[in-house]
Amino acid sequence: MSEPVLRHAGVNLGGTQDHPRANAESGIFGFWVFLMSDAVIFALLFALYGTVVAATAGGPRPADVFELGSALAETLLLLTSSLTIGLAVLAMKYDGTRRPVLAWMGVTLALGVAFLALELHDFATMFAQGAYPTRSGFLSAFFALVPLHGLHVLAGSVWMLVMAAQILAYGFDARVRINVLRLSLFWHFLDVIWIAILSVVYLQGHLP
Amino acid sequence: MQTAHPPIWPDVLGRFAWHDLPFVRAWQNPTINELIGAGAGALVIVGAVVTIALLTRYRLWGRLWSDWLTSLDHKKIGIMYVVIALVMLSRAVVEAVLMRMQQATAVGDPGFLSSDHFAQLFSTHGSIMVFFMAMPFLTGVINYVVPLQIGARDMAFPWANAIALSLTGGGAALMMTSLVVGQFSTGGWSGYPPYTGLAFSPDVGPDYWIWAVTMGSIGSTLGGINIACTIFKLRAPGMTYMRMPMFCWTSLCTSILMIFAMPPLTVATALLALDRYLGFHFFTNDLGGNMMNYANLFWLFGHPEVYILILPAFGIYSEVVSTFSSKELYGYASLVWATMAIAVLSFTVWVHHFFTMGQSANINAVFGIATMTIGVPTGVKIYDWIWTMFRGEVRFSVPMLYALAFMVTFVIGGFTGIILAIPPLDYVFHNTLFLVAHFHNMLIPGLLYGLLAGYTYWFPKAFGFRLNERWGRIAFTCWVAGFYLAFMPLYVLGASGMARRTNEIFEPDFRPWLYVACVGALVVLGALVSLIVQLVVSIRERDETRVFAGDPWDGRSLEWSTASPPPEYNFAVIPRIDARDAFYDGKRDDGYYRRDARYDDISVPKNSVTAIAIGAAATAASFGLVWHMWWLAVAAGLGIVAVIILRSFVRGAHRVIPSAEVTRIEHRWHDALAAATPIPRHCELTASNQGLAEIPA
Amino acid sequence: MAPLAARARTLAAIVALSLLGGCAALDHGILNAQGPVAAHERHFFIIVCGILLFVWVPIVVLAPVIAWHYRLSNTHHAYRPKWAFSWPLEGFIWIPPIGIVVLLAFLLWPATQKDDPYTRQAGRGTPVRVQAIALDWKWVFIYPDEGVATVNQLAVPAGRPVHLSLTSGTVMQSLLLPQLAGQVYAMAGMRTRMNFAADRPGTYHGENTQFSGKDFARQQFPVVSMTPAAYAGWLARAHLAYRPLDQAAWAALSRLGTSAPQTYSTVPPRLFDRIVAATGGAAHPHDHSVTRKAP
Repeated sequence: MSEPVLRHAGVNLGGTQDHPRANAESGIFGFWVFLMSDAVIFALLFALYGTVVAATAGGPRPADVFELGSALAETLLLLTSSLTIGLAVLAMKYDGTRRPVLAWMGVTLALGVAFLALELHDFATMFAQGAYPTRSGFLSAFFALVPLHGLHVLAGSVWMLVMAAQILAYGFDARVRINVLRLSLFWHFLDVIWIAILSVVYLQGHLP
Repeated sequence: MQTAHPPIWPDVLGRFAWHDLPFVRAWQNPTINELIGAGAGALVIVGAVVTIALLTRYRLWGRLWSDWLTSLDHKKIGIMYVVIALVMLSRAVVEAVLMRMQQATAVGDPGFLSSDHFAQLFSTHGSIMVFFMAMPFLTGVINYVVPLQIGARDMAFPWANAIALSLTGGGAALMMTSLVVGQFSTGGWSGYPPYTGLAFSPDVGPDYWIWAVTMGSIGSTLGGINIACTIFKLRAPGMTYMRMPMFCWTSLCTSILMIFAMPPLTVATALLALDRYLGFHFFTNDLGGNMMNYANLFWLFGHPEVYILILPAFGIYSEVVSTFSSKELYGYASLVWATMAIAVLSFTVWVHHFFTMGQSANINAVFGIATMTIGVPTGVKIYDWIWTMFRGEVRFSVPMLYALAFMVTFVIGGFTGIILAIPPLDYVFHNTLFLVAHFHNMLIPGLLYGLLAGYTYWFPKAFGFRLNERWGRIAFTCWVAGFYLAFMPLYVLGASGMARRTNEIFEPDFRPWLYVACVGALVVLGALVSLIVQLVVSIRERDETRVFAGDPWDGRSLEWSTASPPPEYNFAVIPRIDARDAFYDGKRDDGYYRRDARYDDISVPKNSVTAIAIGAAATAASFGLVWHMWWLAVAAGLGIVAVIILRSFVRGAHRVIPSAEVTRIEHRWHDALAAATPIPRHCELTASNQGLAEIPA
Repeated sequence: MAPLAARARTLAAIVALSLLGGCAALDHGILNAQGPVAAHERHFFIIVCGILLFVWVPIVVLAPVIAWHYRLSNTHHAYRPKWAFSWPLEGFIWIPPIGIVVLLAFLLWPATQKDDPYTRQAGRGTPVRVQAIALDWKWVFIYPDEGVATVNQLAVPAGRPVHLSLTSGTVMQSLLLPQLAGQVYAMAGMRTRMNFAADRPGTYHGENTQFSGKDFARQQFPVVSMTPAAYAGWLARAHLAYRPLDQAAWAALSRLGTSAPQTYSTVPPRLFDRIVAATGGAAHPHDHSVTRKAP
């Protein structure tokens, strides 16, 4: 034995069933803990946004600059991509060949990139309306919170490409399996954060 | 202010001007103040040059690189953390002495340090002591000890462990760089805006602070995740949670606090950076900024941080008191509950850092009561240690002396802590030297004594020989005497209304107390020197104090059941645990040590260049950001991403230690065990102690 | 490094002065309270210290005594290495600390209300309204009802309650009156409050305690408490001296630097409110300090 065999409760990660699950367990568990730490960052940015949403300093107010239609489209894109990354993981578990996994990951990546494009378009529109981050405390908080989520989506997309390359290079070895699983966790996490952004930022911004 | 001095090559060197070198400033304006600055910068350069020369002279570069810098072994990473901590401790103690000397000489007089220089001193002193002394010290000790105590071969994520170390080291390097190029922040260790915002501090100082602290903070988050996962997932079979050594419990609580409390700091510094670099309005005075948000974010980190610092020391005291009383730890369950209670409560008290910010009396009262509540589990812990000594056989060796000094001194800090927790009294003592005395009274006995006790206690485990006892006692005496002399006067001065961070004093009645405090600071400096002498003397006489057999103190937990120093793989056979003090009881029941004819292959992580490359790139990126060398920041940032991606393609990151090698190492140790003479407890400080404990009949 | 002789003198001075000088230092602080708020805080301080002795004494006595009695070389004691738990002792270590904290909590709640800087103090006569503006590195005090202002000196009539409003024209600062009240922050764009009174005529100490830059240590001022007659005379003199706090004077004050005590005969109307609004405070509905109702 040279490499510790990796395994996780939910997904078959190794060839046989007789090794202790400890290594894969701690790998996935550690990533969960990391996500919780990341969630604290988002929680604080949400709290901060809540305290300064009215500090518009005479500049644009939330209802002036948020387009709900666009936010809805972004939501649908991201939610669909969460489904497709889930299908990629299931394909890895039950099919085990490269083609379906890569195909579902490709769809996920395309949806993610479409989300990013739409979000950038939103930002450009806001800038054109004079809603840029240096204008007020409210816009500073908005442009710290929402683009940070966007940066996470970007990181996830790059990660998707890296995983695709590794699947092509190594097939489904233990590390590829565990990292695909982590990637899907990350992607679902971004979904959860986006739902919070949609509710706290976009929908609340249009409340009377 | 470098704004008055034109940058010499903005495209490449950003906003660097010749005037940013302390040597140039001292040449142009040779006052004592500037000469001290230039001297400190020169010391950093000379130190670096001498280190490089010595490494080259003794051809140690190869060993340094392959045995240490690229190693993923948790024991080596732990030791490197502690080395960083001790280097930074030396700098911060010298800064403390300079500050006390300035105050003693500045009664009705400007003193010898400029106001700006004094402000940099208290800012670096605080930032270093918290982020680059205390944090690396405790992380290092946890790193070294916890896997050994739970019967594991390494941390859960050895590579992330090395990255955390390199980020912390990079932050410390950035702190040192600020002595040589430019200047540090004058905004204190808490960096409160709007003072640290662009409008009031346009220089590089706050940027040094932001990036050094951010690197330390991210490193600590990674470290916390790693420690928690290690304890949750890698315990030896049979080691249930309630069978873990107390140090593991406190490390677990500390790591959970790190996971949840470091992100608020990262957010606070990142938003301050957005304010400073991109003109955002989080904490500015204008356009809807609100510095109260910073205070809340910072102390959402800052208060749990206090317990991040103190809990591991509580764990060390538990181990030390129990071992040096030859007795089971009293009230294990109540200590566990008290630790958990402290960890949870630590998130509920942050407002007590700004009772004076104008919120309602009811809010203040609620947070005041929550704060006092933490006193209960803390008091319980101290009694648990007292009852551990009760009906024991107490040996007054250096770690135990630290533990006793801690109990008696810490309770004074608790006393004044309750006073500061009461809002009406905090209105009077807040921001005065009373507060300074209080938190030093918590952190010096509560944290530093604990870590020094741990250093003395586990040193023979890590290096195979004991530290010199006599110099240890001298250092101990100086630490304790120096502490009382330096900080008791500050309580008096604070109660007399003297504000903290003052470089000039206009009240002659304060003079005698400032003198006493200055003498105390010099005694503390003596303590630091004694520690260095102790290390040198101990290394020289190491052949008489070797404890290769591994158990010099009749230890209780698993780390003492290995050789000193332990082999790379820690345990040739993962132990099975059936009781809390498995090793202590095992020694008494059936001899514990078992020699097998042959051992299995063991897989350990290979060395990796990538971790230190990430740390170096992060340091370069931070330096680039500080000086507005955008090309450097971008290149180094992309470098980090590239290294992470490349590393993810690496396969075969483990190396196998073959059975024959393991067998040879284990048999050598068992031969030494068989040859060693078991010694009774009253001989443990003599040369006869080879690391094998005599079991009384 | 001081020469040896100087060191010896220093040491001698310490021994000689620490007893005498110590008490002198404490005279500048809360223990020499000179107003009702500070007096109550001092009273409460002494009560709390008394209660905390029940925490402090047992540990300071027990830890060394038990350690020494159960030392290895003392063979005249019981050694019970396996003894590690006792319910009565658990009760002893958990219940009294909880009791002390509960007791302190019951004392803390009303004291926090009573000594809150926002709580108006009863006193003799009508309250004096003063508005304090923190600048680098000086304090401006405006007397809106009298139409005068001072820099770096706070004149108050002894006995009458003073209602202080605070804001900052620069970074955050904190105004501490050690012998009279306590402290509260002054923050740009916000209005905080502090209430106090001085019992009798005298000169007391006031200072900024929140580090604010180069001359922070010099940002101190006398609080001069006067008899009603002397206060009236002071006001009259302030009015008579023609020295308006006009734009030029304000521009001078806004520059970085310290300032000697000054008096101004007139103040532009609503200057304080304009300073609060200029830094964005008015457009700041979530700021509790602004909207908080005055009791």
